[in-house]
Amino acid sequence: MKQFKLRIAAVIFCGLAAIVAAVAGCSAKKEIGGFGDAASKVYVAPGSYDELYAFMSGGFSGQVSVYGLPSGRLFKVIPVFSQDPEKGYGYSEETKPMLMTSHGFIPWDDAHHAQLSRTNDSLDGKWLFINGNNTPRVARIDLTTFETDEIIEIPNSGGNHGSPFITPNTEYVVASTRFSVPIPQKDVPISSYKENFKGSISFIKVDPTTGHMKLAFQILVPGIDYDLSRAGKGPSYGWSFFTSYNSEQENTLLEVNASKNDKDFVAAVNWKLAEELVAQGKGTVMPCNYMHNFLDEARIAKSESIKQVTVLNAKGFPGLIYYLPTPKSPHGCDVDPSGEYIVAGGKLAALVAVHSFTKMQKAIENKEFDGELDGVPILKYESVLAGEVQNPGLGPLHTEFDGKGYGYTSMFLSSEITKWKIGTWEVVDRIPVYYSIGHLMIPGGDTRNPYGKYVVALNKITKDRYLPTGPELCQAGQLIDITGDKMKMLLDFPLIGEPHYAQAIPASLLMDKSVRWYSIDENKNPYKVKSEAETGIKREGNTVHVKVSTIRTHFAPDNIEGIKVGDKVYFHVTNLEQDWDAPHGFAVMGNNNSELLVMPGETRTIVWEPKKSGVYPFYCTDFCSALHQEMSGYIRVSN
Amino acid sequence: MEYVNSIIKMKGEDSAVLSRSERTALVQSSLNLTSRILIILAALALSATYFLPLWTISLDAPQYPEGLGIEIWINQMQGQNPHDLNKINNLNHYIGMKKIIPEAIPELKIMPWVMRGVLLLGLAVGILGMRKLLMIWLIVFLLVAIAGFVDFYLWGYDYGHNLDLEHAIIKVPGMSYQPPLIGNRKLLNFTATSLPGSGGWVAIGSFLTGLGLCVYEIRRHRKVAVNE
Repeated sequence: MKQFKLRIAAVIFCGLAAIVAAVAGCSAKKEIGGFGDAASKVYVAPGSYDELYAFMSGGFSGQVSVYGLPSGRLFKVIPVFSQDPEKGYGYSEETKPMLMTSHGFIPWDDAHHAQLSRTNDSLDGKWLFINGNNTPRVARIDLTTFETDEIIEIPNSGGNHGSPFITPNTEYVVASTRFSVPIPQKDVPISSYKENFKGSISFIKVDPTTGHMKLAFQILVPGIDYDLSRAGKGPSYGWSFFTSYNSEQENTLLEVNASKNDKDFVAAVNWKLAEELVAQGKGTVMPCNYMHNFLDEARIAKSESIKQVTVLNAKGFPGLIYYLPTPKSPHGCDVDPSGEYIVAGGKLAALVAVHSFTKMQKAIENKEFDGELDGVPILKYESVLAGEVQNPGLGPLHTEFDGKGYGYTSMFLSSEITKWKIGTWEVVDRIPVYYSIGHLMIPGGDTRNPYGKYVVALNKITKDRYLPTGPELCQAGQLIDITGDKMKMLLDFPLIGEPHYAQAIPASLLMDKSVRWYSIDENKNPYKVKSEAETGIKREGNTVHVKVSTIRTHFAPDNIEGIKVGDKVYFHVTNLEQDWDAPHGFAVMGNNNSELLVMPGETRTIVWEPKKSGVYPFYCTDFCSALHQEMSGYIRVSN
Repeated sequence: MEYVNSIIKMKGEDSAVLSRSERTALVQSSLNLTSRILIILAALALSATYFLPLWTISLDAPQYPEGLGIEIWINQMQGQNPHDLNKINNLNHYIGMKKIIPEAIPELKIMPWVMRGVLLLGLAVGILGMRKLLMIWLIVFLLVAIAGFVDFYLWGYDYGHNLDLEHAIIKVPGMSYQPPLIGNRKLLNFTATSLPGSGGWVAIGSFLTGLGLCVYEIRRHRKVAVNE
């Protein structure tokens, strides 16, 4: 009996202990912020791979950064529009021409919108395009090398914001001018905006095999501010849509003056028609001046100056472009996976307007116009509207789609993402983000096949989210799970520069294609060496060419004599390694230039102009092997 | 059977009947049809050694997750992956090892001929169907294999021991870098693993087929002798 009682007591005690443990467990979970199993959803174990590559625009850093999702780990910063002394990008002779423009060499730009190439409106993993907003440019990054292969300047443009949103088969990369300017440029009073300023929308043809870009034609459009864009697909294939603001055509105090009109426009551009008109020779050839820079087959950047462009004036070609009235200075312009709906977030509107492509076509057919702007017909709002998402939050900007019938719109002012249902336009969920979200990104969320597992919020302001770092704080991404009915916050991670738009792609589409090294046998650089025996010094007047080779763990030659003060010395460094992850660096003491970081099998050239006699060490900057410290040499400079 | 028939022919068309002892001797010394076909196949299989590596030496180290190694073929030596040989030569320069230059290895020029001889002899065994010839083939095959291993050992010994210590960057007293003949051995940060390659396995299979058939034939002949 006594034993029985003891047993009961033991059972009760154990039960109580279990309850206490469970309660303690719950409260412990609460203490880490109530994120439940978020940690396990973003944890990528050491040695394991992420599910997705994410390409984040660097904004004012001018670069693109490559992150892994869901971990938020940074893999690489790809230099695009900005010089990068770490890699010698924009400093080496082989890469300097990449940053040439009609204004000369520009070491920086503002990189905004990442766009992955696509076939049949699905990501194909060939290239990444990104726009330079300040000095209008579009860059193409090769996704086997993760290097910038090409940059084309856009003439007749004043700020390339609505770019490089591409058509479903990467036929065209678009570039619309954010700021209208006199076209062609001329010295006029700024107040003559309405009279002299024009906008342009450029269509850059992309070669389907090489990716090479060529400015096919430009459409001259009424002078307002063109903002963002998306191409149509499915039923709307052949059209591209551009949001615009400042339909007031003001030139000063825009925050007030350009916010007067109740509605601005989404411009619908029939690029298929434009293509036909150009093919029929209806375009006019206009003189201009822009640069086209690309890596040639020797992987050396070449710049070509182009002096003309084919132009179509929207005024003269009915049917080429229509304006769809859209509430309050619309910013984001997004097309749903079916291609039927065009969603435009009015920055200052208390709703998100959704236009119907079918209704737009009917309205055009029935000539349901509401006036025109500089010869471009304005359709009636009610005639093109599919619906309005009511009370989505404040400051709706951009919309992405999950492929399951929902749209997700970023709300800049109320710092949240709002999920709404396509068709009924009802808000079904919302989640706060920290803080002031700009773009948002669902991998493939702008294609017909979204990878609807995550949405990434790209936030402008972080304030108290991270350890403070003085006045300048990072901007950040937030990873949100969208697999369930309710969005779930998973992860915060800081980003480089300002993330504008980003794109992500399943890792399986890229990882196996990634280049490990360049074949030394295919190195076509005229100053390459294939072995140490070919290295050496050659003088041509005051110019000295030094062919240097690197292999673990020495330079050849490593004692360089015969250089004189006043010489211009070109170091052509060939990395003879044919091994994975075996770059070598090259740095000369006192060189007013960057280092070189030379990939295996590659030749890169840096210039040095020594000013004083003496002996100068040089060394390998990339820890390459056990005897990396010994990988060095001397250069003697004589008077 | 051709062998028996040819003996019959030699004895003349008319005398088709052999004495009992002659018959026994003939059957005892000849292989049955299945054995002969299998031996021909085993011999022909050796031609695979011209398309597949005979032997592999893999070098494993943490910083080479993609693998690194050498393949020894009948007439060449090459990396398991492109450029592996260069990488290995480059690594070997730290320890003062000679460069592996396949063109300078005479065995790679001799081995194809030796293998051709073994292959043809095997075919002859199958065609002629002589039991003794089968035994000779197996002995030749074995001797070739032993010679190969001895040569491989000496080659490995030479590379692993005759180091240029004057120019070697890494000198570990008493350390040699001979790869194992077969199996694993730790060589500084690398684990060297020496194993037959796919061509080597084919050759082993070919030899074992011959050996198995030889055992089978000897047993069969004993039975025939007892029955007779």
